[in-house]
Amino acid sequence: MASVLLYYAHPGHRHSHVNQAMYDAAATVEGITRVDLYATYPRQDINSDREQALLLDHDLILFQHPLFWYSAPSLIKEWIDLVLEHGFAYGAGGDKLKGKILMQAITTAGSAEAYTTEGYQHFPLRTFLTPMEQTARLCKMRYGAPYVLHSALRAPEAGAVAPHVAGYVDLLRRLRDETYDFDAADALGQVQADTLPFKEGA
Amino acid sequence: MGSFLLLSFLFLIAGVIAVPLASKLGLGSVLGYLIAGIVLGPVLLALNVDVINLQHFAEFGVVMMLFLVGLELEPKRLWEMRAKLLGLGGLQVGLTAVLAAGAALVFGMPWSFAVAIGLILALSSTAIVLQTFNEKGLMQSGGGQSGFSVLLFQDIAVIPMLALIPLLAMPDLVDGWNFAETGHTAEIAAPLEGATSSHDTGDATGGSNHDVEGSLDLNLVDELPGWAQALITFGAIGAVIAGGSYLTRPLFRFIELAHLRELFVAAALMMVIGIALLMTLVGLSPALGTFLAGVVLANSEYRHELESDIDPFRGLLLGLFFMTVGAGINFGLLFGNLTLVVGLTLGLMALKGAVLYLLATVFGQRGADRWLVTLSLAQAGEFGFVLLSFVVANQVLPQAIADQLLLVVALSMLLTPLLFILYDRVIVPKYVEDQAREADEIDEAGTVIIAGHGRFGGIVNRMLRQAGFSTVVLDHSSQQLEMLRAFGLKVFYGDATRPDLLHAAGIAGAKLLVIAIDDKEGATELTRYVTQNHPHVHIVARARDRNHVYDLYAAGCRDIIRDTFDSALRSGRSALEALGVHPFDAELKTRDFQDRDRHAIRELAALYDPEVELHRNTAYVERTRELMAEQEAMLLGKPGAFAMRTDRGWSPPTERDVAAEESG
Repeated sequence: MASVLLYYAHPGHRHSHVNQAMYDAAATVEGITRVDLYATYPRQDINSDREQALLLDHDLILFQHPLFWYSAPSLIKEWIDLVLEHGFAYGAGGDKLKGKILMQAITTAGSAEAYTTEGYQHFPLRTFLTPMEQTARLCKMRYGAPYVLHSALRAPEAGAVAPHVAGYVDLLRRLRDETYDFDAADALGQVQADTLPFKEGA
Repeated sequence: MGSFLLLSFLFLIAGVIAVPLASKLGLGSVLGYLIAGIVLGPVLLALNVDVINLQHFAEFGVVMMLFLVGLELEPKRLWEMRAKLLGLGGLQVGLTAVLAAGAALVFGMPWSFAVAIGLILALSSTAIVLQTFNEKGLMQSGGGQSGFSVLLFQDIAVIPMLALIPLLAMPDLVDGWNFAETGHTAEIAAPLEGATSSHDTGDATGGSNHDVEGSLDLNLVDELPGWAQALITFGAIGAVIAGGSYLTRPLFRFIELAHLRELFVAAALMMVIGIALLMTLVGLSPALGTFLAGVVLANSEYRHELESDIDPFRGLLLGLFFMTVGAGINFGLLFGNLTLVVGLTLGLMALKGAVLYLLATVFGQRGADRWLVTLSLAQAGEFGFVLLSFVVANQVLPQAIADQLLLVVALSMLLTPLLFILYDRVIVPKYVEDQAREADEIDEAGTVIIAGHGRFGGIVNRMLRQAGFSTVVLDHSSQQLEMLRAFGLKVFYGDATRPDLLHAAGIAGAKLLVIAIDDKEGATELTRYVTQNHPHVHIVARARDRNHVYDLYAAGCRDIIRDTFDSALRSGRSALEALGVHPFDAELKTRDFQDRDRHAIRELAALYDPEVELHRNTAYVERTRELMAEQEAMLLGKPGAFAMRTDRGWSPPTERDVAAEESG
């Protein structure tokens, strides 16, 4: 059993098409810790001690958020700035997160085609996520390939919400039960509900 | 005097013993009162007490209850109910009356008897049903609202019935029936004369006896021509509406001058009794009149005050009424005709239930609500008693039939609490999922009570209302109320520290209580009362100073806001900025100070003991010194174990950190 810490960040949760449903559904998965960052720190005054203690208690840290300007909602950045301190997460003596896994579950408004060199976003999604990937590496953590839903704003009409939420619940269970195949996910670059790689025989 | 005390004591002790027992057994208070009455019956008979007369007196409880129901019902909502009221209520009375009359014809009754019986049995018991709805919190459910519509229509329908019934009088037929039945009834009725004496046709000669609620014949309009009667009737209703709208406020402001709590009670009683009297004088139903007055006052700021003043009287009188129903059951006659009476009762309830089930279905009630309407209203009611003595007096029905019907009515009322138990135990569990969802919806709308609407509570109220939450505001300053009314805000008059008023304002169903009253002790008392008696209510309390924080904490509140703390913090931050501190650093220092102070006060609140003076409380003094020492250390720039968060956040990595990464 891996202990999973789910951080959810969506300041516009009231207008959420998919993310709020994902976060609510995650409550049905037993044995994981859920933190709604904007609800915990409505005044953005992040308590580093509390957060660092949480990190020490968990094996896998998952950030769930919509993609805002090729990055995350600002509170996640603030969280990174304050919680991943030198001497704790990196730098001299900063090995407290060593061996843990960092993952993201991301929704994008743009389509899958947009995130190609030919598309209007000009770069593949993983290029935009390299800061997070390197953050994990600097903290001696493994970065897991992200769980992604493109065209999220059109997902309700396309009937894509339910499968994505169900896939998310499945993913969380597999992460908890350690039956998720990280290597196969890395090979795919990014995963979605119908390409979740699970370990054989599990 | 002695007999009055004895009688009062008998009823009080019977109620005090029987009702808690019945509640404990899950039977509900109504059945408890009825059983107490049955037990009391023989004693009253031995003391030669006129139970029926007492019952007429106790029926005033129904009048008070309808006043309270009216208070809960704003005119707008009454108007929204009109389809249900006229459709559901009208069809229920009409269909039940026709079917019951038909059944009476089948039993070989003359048609005039049958019509009277049909009308009498079409009515249900407002007293039992509304009391139980309130007790079980069913008033706001779909079934509760439908049931109430039917009951209200019935209360209105009594008035034309009283006008219609004398037209059915056929003295020859009644005398003939009495003669034919003499041999049969005389032997049964004889030993029971004491209990049923008031039903005797002693005053039947006049034929103009419209006095159905009291023992005095006060009707002033009887002798007038029809147009004048109508004019006076409308005039009286107009007077109630106008008086309720325009006289209540000056009246209560006048009373407030005396600063006496009991004067409010006296004034509230005066209003209800006065309206009932006026209605009786012009030949209208007092229950309807007070209901109307209640509706008029539903928008008034004195609504909760009136509610809490009248409620105890309503409770006591209704209890007395139920006991008289129990005591009035003529067991001699019952056991003499057991199969007939029980059969008739069950038949009646089945018939009424079937009509209600049909109508509830037609009017879109589903699931548990449909069953609630069916089961709750299947009995005959207290107006049945009234009408029965009325029809005998008017020579519409013979005494013998009336006596048996009286038993049917009483027995059906006795069985009603059992049907409510059936509803609770069998029907509700079946539809439990629907119910849970409905409960959630009500929960969402759960009201917020704001105690005190001054400079503090007023801002809280405005914020909550802007965010779309409904609030009930209580304040006990008339000046304040008047000022707020001028700006179109709705607030209620009343002292929020009084539990009965808090109850009337809906604390039982509230989600949140904001305590923003000036009186420190009052606020603490209020907190203690609510945390103990309504633990589901979240309390946000305003503390006047540090010691008040401790008091509120000891009283059980965990959401305490010091009323000057936040503005002091902002002043401190402004001061830091004015002294040249970078605004963001000033903000961080402010946050840090706030965190530490909150932390310290919470810690100290746990050590605080209201019984011990502060400087004698060793643990408190000890911890205060430690906290002060920590603060001191910080001032001297020795952070120690308590490094300021403000220093940690955003601090750059050291050379060592960079070197560590580069070498690794």
